[in-house]
Amino acid sequence: MLDSTMVELSRWQFAVTAMYHFLFVPLTLGLSWILVIMESVYVMTGREIYRDMTKFWGKLFGINFALGVTTGLTMEFQFGTNWAYYSHYVGDVFGAPLAIEGLMAFFLESTFIGLFFLGWERLSKRQHLTVTFLTALGSNLSALWILVANGWMQNPVGSEFSYETMRMEMTSFSELLFNPVAQVKFVHTVAAGYVTASMFVLGISAFYMLKGRDLAFAKRSFSVAIGFGLASILSVILLGDESGYEVGDVQKVKLAAIEAEWHTEPAPAAFTIYGNPNNTDEETHNAIKIPWLLGLIATRSLDTEVPGLKNLMAEHEVRIRSGMIAYDYLQQLRNGADTPEHRAAFEEHKKDLGYGLLLKRYTDNPAQATEEQIQLAVKDSIPEVAPLFWTFRIMVGAGVWMLLLLALGFYYNAKRVLEQKRWLLRLFLYSIPVPWIAVETGWFVAEFGRQPWAIGEVLPTSIAVSSLTANDILMSLTGFIIFYTLLFIIEMYLMFKFARLGPSSLHTGRYHHEHPAHHAAEIGDGMTPTTAPQKPLD
Amino acid sequence: MILDYETLKFLWWVLVGVLFIGFAVTDGLDMGVGALLPFLGKTDEERRVIINTVGPHWDGNQVWLITAGGAIFAAWPLVYATAFSGFYFAMLLALFALFFRPVGFDYRSKIANPTWRNAWDWGLFIGGAVPALVFGIAFGNLLQGVPFHLDEFLRPYYSGSFFGLLNPFALLVGLVSLGMLVMHGAIWLQLRTAEPISSRAQVVAKQAGLATIVAFALAGVWLTVGVEGYKVVSMPALDATPNPLTKAVIREGYGWLANYAAHPWTLIFPLLGFAGMGLAILASMSNRAGWGLAASSLGLTGIIMTAGAAMFPFIMPSSTNPNSSLIAWDAVSSHLTLSVMFWAAVIFVPLIIGYTTWTYTKMWRRVTVEEIRAQDHLAY
Repeated sequence: MLDSTMVELSRWQFAVTAMYHFLFVPLTLGLSWILVIMESVYVMTGREIYRDMTKFWGKLFGINFALGVTTGLTMEFQFGTNWAYYSHYVGDVFGAPLAIEGLMAFFLESTFIGLFFLGWERLSKRQHLTVTFLTALGSNLSALWILVANGWMQNPVGSEFSYETMRMEMTSFSELLFNPVAQVKFVHTVAAGYVTASMFVLGISAFYMLKGRDLAFAKRSFSVAIGFGLASILSVILLGDESGYEVGDVQKVKLAAIEAEWHTEPAPAAFTIYGNPNNTDEETHNAIKIPWLLGLIATRSLDTEVPGLKNLMAEHEVRIRSGMIAYDYLQQLRNGADTPEHRAAFEEHKKDLGYGLLLKRYTDNPAQATEEQIQLAVKDSIPEVAPLFWTFRIMVGAGVWMLLLLALGFYYNAKRVLEQKRWLLRLFLYSIPVPWIAVETGWFVAEFGRQPWAIGEVLPTSIAVSSLTANDILMSLTGFIIFYTLLFIIEMYLMFKFARLGPSSLHTGRYHHEHPAHHAAEIGDGMTPTTAPQKPLD
Repeated sequence: MILDYETLKFLWWVLVGVLFIGFAVTDGLDMGVGALLPFLGKTDEERRVIINTVGPHWDGNQVWLITAGGAIFAAWPLVYATAFSGFYFAMLLALFALFFRPVGFDYRSKIANPTWRNAWDWGLFIGGAVPALVFGIAFGNLLQGVPFHLDEFLRPYYSGSFFGLLNPFALLVGLVSLGMLVMHGAIWLQLRTAEPISSRAQVVAKQAGLATIVAFALAGVWLTVGVEGYKVVSMPALDATPNPLTKAVIREGYGWLANYAAHPWTLIFPLLGFAGMGLAILASMSNRAGWGLAASSLGLTGIIMTAGAAMFPFIMPSSTNPNSSLIAWDAVSSHLTLSVMFWAAVIFVPLIIGYTTWTYTKMWRRVTVEEIRAQDHLAY
């Protein structure tokens, strides 16, 4: 049996590095399109302020992008280093979208990003715009492929277990690609990225307006981001993740856990807006419920039941017992008893093999598991409910908050009275962290909600790890935390510095800090403008 | 067109090789440049010149490494699982060193403070030199066999230690790898910078080139007389469903020469290694750095293929349980996955080479101190 501390530490390391990576991804996904919009306006109208906007927001994009690349490297290495059995068991299916992501998306994004920053003097206007567009396309395509891979972890279609190779093998590439869970996830995730980037641009633009500087620059940036942001938050919410919960048992468990619904209720189920879910008692205490709402959201009907956790666990117990038989036949097949009868018997129970493997946490031979071990595995077959219940509500709350803010911002901006609404500008500024809270809690719900599975109903997380020691992982985890903390401090320092400096950091001579009165005092980076000061734009 | 399983298994061995060579030729150059940065650039402006020769390209180049990793995951899942978890701390060392590059390139010139910039220069040095060395050391260990075994459910167990990887032969291979990438980077700098950096790079190209040739020759002799090779004595048909536990493997003196003896044409690879490096030195000395870069690219290809051809079909031989060794016929993905991935590679690799070439053409010129001054706020 694998050391459970080692498994826990491996999960912590993955959670820390993946969630840290996703601090940088959403901004890249959205800001790249905002840059495309700004630069398109520049190419069409020839107005220099739009080129300056592209360059300035591009500078902040670059500061963020560097850490996205850095932390993305970890993700590429980590499946092999820390999840070796996972890599073997599902590499045939999961590896393919990852490799295609490299070929189709990473190359595109990374080859052109260099020209985006350094090619302004060497490319024609149209060529440069094309480069910006291809960078945005590349980063968004990479989201597509990684979410195809992740969608398969949640709902493993287009594949089958082979006892001969002792792994999952791809049976249909198109099923993998058109996995409904992957499709929904892609739309939800990229749109969340667009919202993040919009909130970022809006918050910083609001800051300039509050300070009363670089107004022409700030207002135009705000106008680009507000439309993009409003459209995106609507698609995040309307095309949200819920439709994915109709598919696959893992998604059903996740839905029931998010709602802390222990018992199947008569349709349409009530939505629990507040409560204290408890996995030991298998109850949600002090629940406040809104009748009908859950049934409507989750099934979009009045007569379909949303199965409760205890009912799902009862089903899991049956599957665990069937999985024990599957494991028994698998052992015999692997040990050479390869007769048509054995194969037929194995095939019959194969779909429950993953449930049998849940017992590996308690015994080396699941086929011989005791009644007590089976009950432990049944308890394990659902995730911890309380963290899911709460993170989901935080995510939704953050989403609704941003929807209100974006709608108000859009309205007042369209009426051209935004600058007078200083309270709203302040709300935009202080709401910059909100989209990050939403995306991080969202990923937590998606991944923690998949537990105990690494691959839904196929491979338990507890056996997906590498054969390392807890000490090995403690050392690497410490290394990651130290390194990532330092990088975070450096990144935030640069981000704040350049966001405060604003378009003056371009040294065109046209912006606030470059006016003679402010120049010497506030630039502070020891550099001088290389072009003669020109007439300010505002 | 439907390719049979046996052909696809072989083609994937070739394609992984192509990705490694693509990595060495493109990003290897950036690593060489990184390793040379603190030494060839005496002033801040000179260092910025050096950084900006690779500034627009290093990120795209790095994707060769990322894609090679992804391709191994998809095409050779057991190799990805066993090598990455077995070489745990070595992989993390390379990874942590690689961290310095994206941030180093992008953040260094954003603040004018000399301590800040100097710190990132050493970060870029680590990001270039350490992975170059570690990847070579990893290859050196593959050639000697790695202490691991697979259980009946194909879970890999590694029984070596981190310091066991740092044995003399592996360190020598590490030097070959570091030497060849430093030389490659030096020729690039000779080509893409002006005086005085260009002449300094020329001197280093010659020294690193000679060191690589000597280390490569020594490693060849050592491999012949001091390292046992591996040989498959029985295995299922080449197109069989892959199962790495069904073959018999023995260790044998001179085992890594067997392929060269059976197929003498493969001797072209070591010859290409020597000739490429030698011609690169000559071209560099006679100020034809463009030809030098082409020659060193061929040299890198020859050196990598020398190891590949010696080991074929072995990818990761096991020293403690040779029958568990991972080979190109039995550590591979299913027929469908290899097929899908092959066509993806056939479509995208030429496209990638096409647009990468376009970006190099667009940015092609000698980077000078004057240009850096003129673009103080735009350049890296």
